[in-house]
Amino acid sequence: MPKLNVPEAKINSPGSAALIHIESLSLYYGASKALKNISLTLGEKVVTAFIGPSGCGKSTLLRCLNRMNDLIDNVRIEGSCKIGGHDIYSSDVDVIELRKRVGMVFQKSNPFPKSIYENVAYGLRLHGANNKAELDGVVEQSLRSAALWDEVKDRLHSSALGLSGGQQQRLCIARAIAIKPEIILMDEPASALDPLATARIEELILELKKDFTIVIVTHNMQQAARISDQTAFFYIGELIEFDSTAKIFTNPAKKQTEDYVTGRFG
Amino acid sequence: MNARKHFRAEKFDFASFFFTGLTGLATLLILGILATILINIIANGVRGFSWHFVSTIPKKDFFDVNTTGVLPMIVGTTICVFVMTIFVLPVGVITAIYLTEYAANNSLVTKFIRAAVNNLAGVPSIVFGLFGLGFFINFIGKNIDAVLHNPSAVWGQPALIWASLTLAIMTMPVVIVATEESLKAIPPGLREASLALGATKLETILRVVLPQALPGIMTGGILAVSRAAGEVAPILFTGVAYYMASLPHHVTDQFMDLGYHVFVLSTQSPNIEQTRPILYATVLVLLLLTFALNLVAIVIRARVRKKLRALG
Amino acid sequence: MGIHRGHQARPVEWLAEKFIFLVSLSAIVMVFLIFLFVAREALPLFFGETNTALVQKPIPTADLEKLSPAKLQQYLELTPAQFAAMDKDTLKSLMDVKQEAQDEVPEEFRNDPDARINTTEWRYLVLPHQWNHYDKPEYIWQPVGQIQKYNIIPLLVGTLKTTLIGLLFAVPLSVGAAIYVSQMARPKMREIIKPTIELLSGIPSVVVGFFALLVMATVLQKVFGYQTRLNAFVAGIALGFAVIPVIFSIAEDALTSVPRAYTQAALALGASRWQTAWQIVLPAALPGVFAATVLGFGRAIGETMIVLMVCSASVMSWSIFDSARSITTTIAAEMAEAVSGGPHYRILFMLGALLFAVTFVSNMVAGAVIQRFKLKLEGKR
Repeated sequence: MPKLNVPEAKINSPGSAALIHIESLSLYYGASKALKNISLTLGEKVVTAFIGPSGCGKSTLLRCLNRMNDLIDNVRIEGSCKIGGHDIYSSDVDVIELRKRVGMVFQKSNPFPKSIYENVAYGLRLHGANNKAELDGVVEQSLRSAALWDEVKDRLHSSALGLSGGQQQRLCIARAIAIKPEIILMDEPASALDPLATARIEELILELKKDFTIVIVTHNMQQAARISDQTAFFYIGELIEFDSTAKIFTNPAKKQTEDYVTGRFG
Repeated sequence: MNARKHFRAEKFDFASFFFTGLTGLATLLILGILATILINIIANGVRGFSWHFVSTIPKKDFFDVNTTGVLPMIVGTTICVFVMTIFVLPVGVITAIYLTEYAANNSLVTKFIRAAVNNLAGVPSIVFGLFGLGFFINFIGKNIDAVLHNPSAVWGQPALIWASLTLAIMTMPVVIVATEESLKAIPPGLREASLALGATKLETILRVVLPQALPGIMTGGILAVSRAAGEVAPILFTGVAYYMASLPHHVTDQFMDLGYHVFVLSTQSPNIEQTRPILYATVLVLLLLTFALNLVAIVIRARVRKKLRALG
Repeated sequence: MGIHRGHQARPVEWLAEKFIFLVSLSAIVMVFLIFLFVAREALPLFFGETNTALVQKPIPTADLEKLSPAKLQQYLELTPAQFAAMDKDTLKSLMDVKQEAQDEVPEEFRNDPDARINTTEWRYLVLPHQWNHYDKPEYIWQPVGQIQKYNIIPLLVGTLKTTLIGLLFAVPLSVGAAIYVSQMARPKMREIIKPTIELLSGIPSVVVGFFALLVMATVLQKVFGYQTRLNAFVAGIALGFAVIPVIFSIAEDALTSVPRAYTQAALALGASRWQTAWQIVLPAALPGVFAATVLGFGRAIGETMIVLMVCSASVMSWSIFDSARSITTTIAAEMAEAVSGGPHYRILFMLGALLFAVTFVSNMVAGAVIQRFKLKLEGKR
């Protein structure tokens, strides 16, 4: 596979403020170590891609950022993960507040079996919004931001399960941004979609970058090259290389990275 | 060589045919038993069945074919299982929620709860009756009477409330299992989506999980009602009456019960040939009450199971 | 970014979780209470606090002071709690009543050795005894009359008889049907047959009993031509009806949960559907089928109304064409006549506790077997 051509302009300017600091973070499932001593700093309003072969720990690391791993029994975490200077694993952190600020979009689209409107309004209602006009405004705005408004504006109150796969995933994105998080985590958001729907999600991510910090896990290397500013390559729980996307895909420092991005394994 | 091969293939087929036939026959026999019971009851039951029959409060001699009715039994059974659901549904649903949403799967407490639920499901119904007598009437009821200084036993005697509570304990596993099944059928992705939006666990359960589990909870409730409505042994000593001139007014009243009435009509009739029509009609009413409910529950349950299989 | 909170910032959440946990313990509490309260009523039997001897050596009321409290309590057949609550005058009047009762014992029993026996002692409960006017030791359950006989062996035999007939009838049928439905039938058929058979469990046992009493008893008597119309055989077959859905449902689940990979491997090697079912699937699912049978046993042994309606005479006989009285039947039929707190009442509760213990153990065994079976299929063992 030829090396991918990444435009220079997309390389992240070193001036952007750091938002997420991960320092020597290790994660254990019972006795087995799934993440090994990972240190990583991610900038604000930057798209970072996590790549690597299946089972390398990229999704696990993503789930550390909004503490979704808490839901699994027997998970133990060492090291620290700071967002905006606060250690999110400190004992006085309210996970609920954290998750409001760190939104997530999952691999398999998971709209609630409610109407399109109620899906987007769910998070708002949770956090106390009840005013109809206000809700209407935010729902419309979120759906517009997720590039879904024009397709669904006439059937806001019909079931979300009637949407196509790509539309459902964009609805999930709208739902996530409705509560105005600072960071959006995306766990292979386009892996179940056809190329056309994937392209729309990618466009959307580039658009959302203006307002949100995005961390995306992907299997698809062209996708990482197309949308991300920085790329981290993981292999069996270790961070092998982390650099600007252009560098990773054109001139990686490590042999393993090169082998992976050129398709020699993985 | 060819002939031999052919011969073996044929022998082979015969065994297959024979044993498939045998197991098929077993299936057919079971279905036949079910059909025979149902057809026999329906065919004989409709003759004695009438509006008068289901709407009449009988006189003391309820063996009289022409004047008897089963209204107090229908009312008694219905009230009894209704009171039961008030107790069993919340407890059963909450237990199921704990088991699927909160409990760590391998913790000792979870294992104990599961073992207890399984055991409760296997306790003979007559033992529930003894328990109702020993615990609710002789212990709780008598103590209430003592505290209230009742001159004669009000709570410390067989009563509708004790029968309902006894049935509630008996049907708890039914509700728990059905609710758990439907909770498990909800995709984990929905819970994750809700939690990732900053919902608490309780909010997730109340807003996403429970609304989805409603059909399953209903199934559990219906199955519990249908099971309880047909049970006689647990209420024998805890609340059922052979005869009562009026309908029950208070939870401490005794009540007449359809299942028990079937028992009375079949075993104590002075002339079984003569009372046969009212016996069949009573059985038909009982079946309509329990069986129809069961049918509904099984249809819903089949749907939930299908969904469950599609998921996993 | 304000993600911090004080301690217990969400008290509702915390309280709700504790509440849900506490409620979920109710199943455990109930099993415990059931055993406790059923056994509690039977307890005086174990401490020799019941005495059914008709003729007892009366103790003069004047000797009240000389007796030790323990002996007095036993003499008056009181529970420790009752005894503790009584003052001396009450005790005295009770002793008078006891004395009067002795004076009123009918003449014919005065010299009857049986009248001096406390029939609630263990040896009279389980061992044969040669009663007066009988020519050999016998097992007799006869809780009415002046001399009550509480030998539980006829009841155990009756229970075993009906239960075993029920299982012998139900196990082959339901396991056969389970094999057919899970292995042979087309998926469409399966979707229909399985819930239909499970419908059988929706027929109340009193209705099965009624059907057995009115219809089956006559038909079976015509077919087999035996003497007693209502007997253990009819009861057993009717019990089978109640047990079939239990065994079928669990056996079918076990058979279906055998991974398709096994069956497909066998079919690919040229085995027929039947060979695959018999040689691959059934052996793999055998623990599940065993557990189903054990649970069916528990269901049959605890079934009340069917046996109560079909046969109830307590005769000591191993013949399946004789009547039989099971433990459950005895409790159901006699509790109404038993004097609350009397020896008969206590023995009925003891039978209940025994029944509970048996079903408890069979449930545990079946549960453990199913658990192991599932773990094995998942490859965790």
